[in-house]
Amino acid sequence: MQGTYVGKNCLRVDGYEKVTGKAVFSADFRMERQLYAKSVYAPKPHIRITAVNIEKALRIPGVAAVATSKNVPGANEMFGRFPAFADQEAKYTGDVIAVAAAETREAAEAAARAVEVEYEELEGLWSLDAAMQEGVSAVHPDVPDNEIEYTYFPLRKGDAEAGFLQSDTVMERSYFVGWQEQAYIEPESVVVSPASFHHGYDVYGCIQNPYTIRQNVASVMGLHQSEIRVVLTAVGGSFGGKDESVMNMAARCAVLAKMTGRPVRMDLTREESFRESSKRHPFRMNYRMGLAQDGTIKALQTKLTCQGGAYNNKAQFSNWRAVVHTAGPYRIENITADVHAKYTNTIYGGAYRGFSGPQVVFASETMVDEAAAELGMNPKDFRLHNVLREGDTIACGQLLKEGIIAAPLQKMIQELCGMADFDAKWNSFKEHNAQSKYLKKGIGLAVTYRGAGLGGEGVDCSSAMITICRDGSVQLFSGHTEMGQGMRTVHSQIAAEALGIDIKRIAFKHSDTSVTLDAGPTVASRGTQSGGRAVLHAALKLKDELLRGGEKKTGIPKEQLDVAGDSLVKQGGEVLCSFDDLVGYCVFPLGLNLSAQGWYSPGLSHIDPETQQGDCYQTYTNGVIITEITVDESTGKITVEKITIGYELGTAVNPDIAYGQLVGALAQGLGYALFEELEERNGELLSANFDEYLIPTTLDMPEVDFHLYGSENPEGPYGAKGIGELGIELIAPSIGNALYHAVGRRLRELPFNLERVKIGKALTR
Amino acid sequence: MEHKENKTAVSMTVNGKHIQAEVLPETRLLDVLREELHLLGTKEGCSIGECGACTVLMNGRTVNACMVLAGSADGAEIMTIEGVCGPEGELHPIQQAFIDAGAVHCGFCTPGMIISTLSLLMKNPQPKDDQIQEALSGNLCRCTGYHQIFKAVRLASERMHRKE
Ligand code: FES
Ligand code: FES
Repeated sequence: MQGTYVGKNCLRVDGYEKVTGKAVFSADFRMERQLYAKSVYAPKPHIRITAVNIEKALRIPGVAAVATSKNVPGANEMFGRFPAFADQEAKYTGDVIAVAAAETREAAEAAARAVEVEYEELEGLWSLDAAMQEGVSAVHPDVPDNEIEYTYFPLRKGDAEAGFLQSDTVMERSYFVGWQEQAYIEPESVVVSPASFHHGYDVYGCIQNPYTIRQNVASVMGLHQSEIRVVLTAVGGSFGGKDESVMNMAARCAVLAKMTGRPVRMDLTREESFRESSKRHPFRMNYRMGLAQDGTIKALQTKLTCQGGAYNNKAQFSNWRAVVHTAGPYRIENITADVHAKYTNTIYGGAYRGFSGPQVVFASETMVDEAAAELGMNPKDFRLHNVLREGDTIACGQLLKEGIIAAPLQKMIQELCGMADFDAKWNSFKEHNAQSKYLKKGIGLAVTYRGAGLGGEGVDCSSAMITICRDGSVQLFSGHTEMGQGMRTVHSQIAAEALGIDIKRIAFKHSDTSVTLDAGPTVASRGTQSGGRAVLHAALKLKDELLRGGEKKTGIPKEQLDVAGDSLVKQGGEVLCSFDDLVGYCVFPLGLNLSAQGWYSPGLSHIDPETQQGDCYQTYTNGVIITEITVDESTGKITVEKITIGYELGTAVNPDIAYGQLVGALAQGLGYALFEELEERNGELLSANFDEYLIPTTLDMPEVDFHLYGSENPEGPYGAKGIGELGIELIAPSIGNALYHAVGRRLRELPFNLERVKIGKALTR
Repeated sequence: MEHKENKTAVSMTVNGKHIQAEVLPETRLLDVLREELHLLGTKEGCSIGECGACTVLMNGRTVNACMVLAGSADGAEIMTIEGVCGPEGELHPIQQAFIDAGAVHCGFCTPGMIISTLSLLMKNPQPKDDQIQEALSGNLCRCTGYHQIFKAVRLASERMHRKE
């Protein structure tokens, strides 16, 4: 839809602060008398701790306190089994045994070095493949098979065995993807202070999910949630990541704030951030596909195994998403899919943009390409033959129906392949490659659909609050958080549209758990789709109140009134008074309440736990990519030359911001595909900064031909869908498919780095 | 810890102002800017010269302030993001272009990006696309995928050119 603000490229409401260097990020937030904290990490990834001696550390000048598990006033264990301080055992390289707080950074570092940890080294489960063996050691003694709690989900549709019997060809393939680092440019930082006006603690920092932090800090401190206040600074990127790590940091700093009575800050170095923060989960994905001679997919069986790491608070959600999306956007009658997750003595997985989407889309879109090749079909024709269309039911049984859940992929594949000249290039590149010794060209296709919002992963409720001040200016609060994705701008647009006012009236307020309402985490691309509904709800309530005031002021029934163009108007457009005058009258003499809470909850979803059949997500977004590459066979280097991409996302509330989100995600997907790899040896991280772990630079970005497709989404605010994650999923399989087209080599592991491309396997250092 | 005895005095011009500071041999230019002068617009992302979040101009050239020892900046002229605005706080055309092009997401890389753009456009007022990519290749951005940043640089170049 096109409104006064919705559908328009309004400029970011927080742009000025950010281009002038005035935006206060966590490391820029300073408090009087603050202490600096430094962590003592596990000296080896898996140890039994026999003694911790802090005496020497305490004698270092300037040291105020050293905290260990002994100083924790409440529970030492947080959600997902994360310990505030490791006491008997350290289970991975990022476990923290003690934290020193001192007057200066240097003194804190010296004290952390002076803490003596005595330990015995233990054997460890260092990889997913090791954890999948029988009879291995247990990471957590009460979980002997290392199966992470609540992470097993079966999906059943039709009769897979019967489908395989009807198939002419049955293919089996195994795919693997490893960790991906979030690599936000701002490392984690928090400051925790004894509360200024009440009992408890205030937490400041770059935090994605303030209510989760509040809950866990309260439990570690043995306090109520009402006694902990979490306030956000500007957040320098998060993508799902500034969650577990900042939770751990905030809990440790709170313990030190109690011990010292002073504000305690902790700023991670990049190396510490790599060590402690959550990553994209690795997955082993085994696919079995049954095909009829005409190219119809008759049956699919998948077994997905996720590596959770030493602790886990996300795999129970991401695994569900994985199994629901394992079949891709295809009309497959018979599906059996199972997903598990394992503990290991390694860094851990969490939420990273796309959650488990990029992993399963890599597997399923490579599998589909392999199936086309097996049958000797063009990959575009094979997809067109099998892709979901209007009237189909998807893997979890939801029906695709115009006006409810769109089914645009067939059209999108045809149009975008046309724009990218797919068929012509498919042939001409082969001719080129026959002539060229080293430089080979390839073109690859990938297709996805993605459940938008939390769906069955959780309760997708959201909150907002709008207050109109006496002078007609407006304060907007959201229960969700701004991390750079543009949420403040999009929410302001929705509020201005619904209230009929100039967007300049709106000041978007900070996230502060003592003010905003707990709406759960800002994840799953739900800031606009669900959060925007809460803003809309608050705005419409307020508008109703304003019109009640308008009726009193003008004597015209409120059904015949509207607020539009910053004025009170009569139906037909006649201006009755300015917005300021209307507000003034509502305040005095009417004394109306010009403040409203908005709440959105989709209600219970009905999903069968034995089959995952049900209304898994409110809606789905769709995407198609065509990627052209050049491969240098002498070095194994892939250059991505051009990307043609189309996304269907309902209404783009702000097309420029949508574009930025999708291209930003595309770049992260490009890194995942080509070079982002966290190397480990026996639980130790070998890549710990941007010299060893490469992320895309300006020189890596290809030309992008970008297209947006609209659709109806009755559930979203003004028809919007969540889009923060969709952009990351498609590029890896499309590059792999293009690589196969170029050189005939099929790679089933990411990333496609030089050695994999050149010799077909990874080299270790 | 304080090692008073090791400290030496350095002086430099930062955003047109003459300043003096007492620094240790290991103190970085970044520490002087952020901790002594409280110029917090210059960011620290990696501390090893890889991310460009700490980019400032030193004698007219871009440097990573995390890799420059304060002692070696003695006598230098430094410009940080705080010095890019006009005297009344009005936005530089590059800053305005970053806003207009949607090149600012989380904003953590933005000060460094703007300084690198400033340096590019001072040397080469109408850069070609590959020159823009090259000039910003030391500045990592995890949010934007860079295309909106390229657009901002082109927009700034056009507007600054038209003005002249
Ligand atoms: S902090 Fe200086 S280059 Fe990253
Ligand atoms: S805008 Fe976030 S790192 Fe560039």
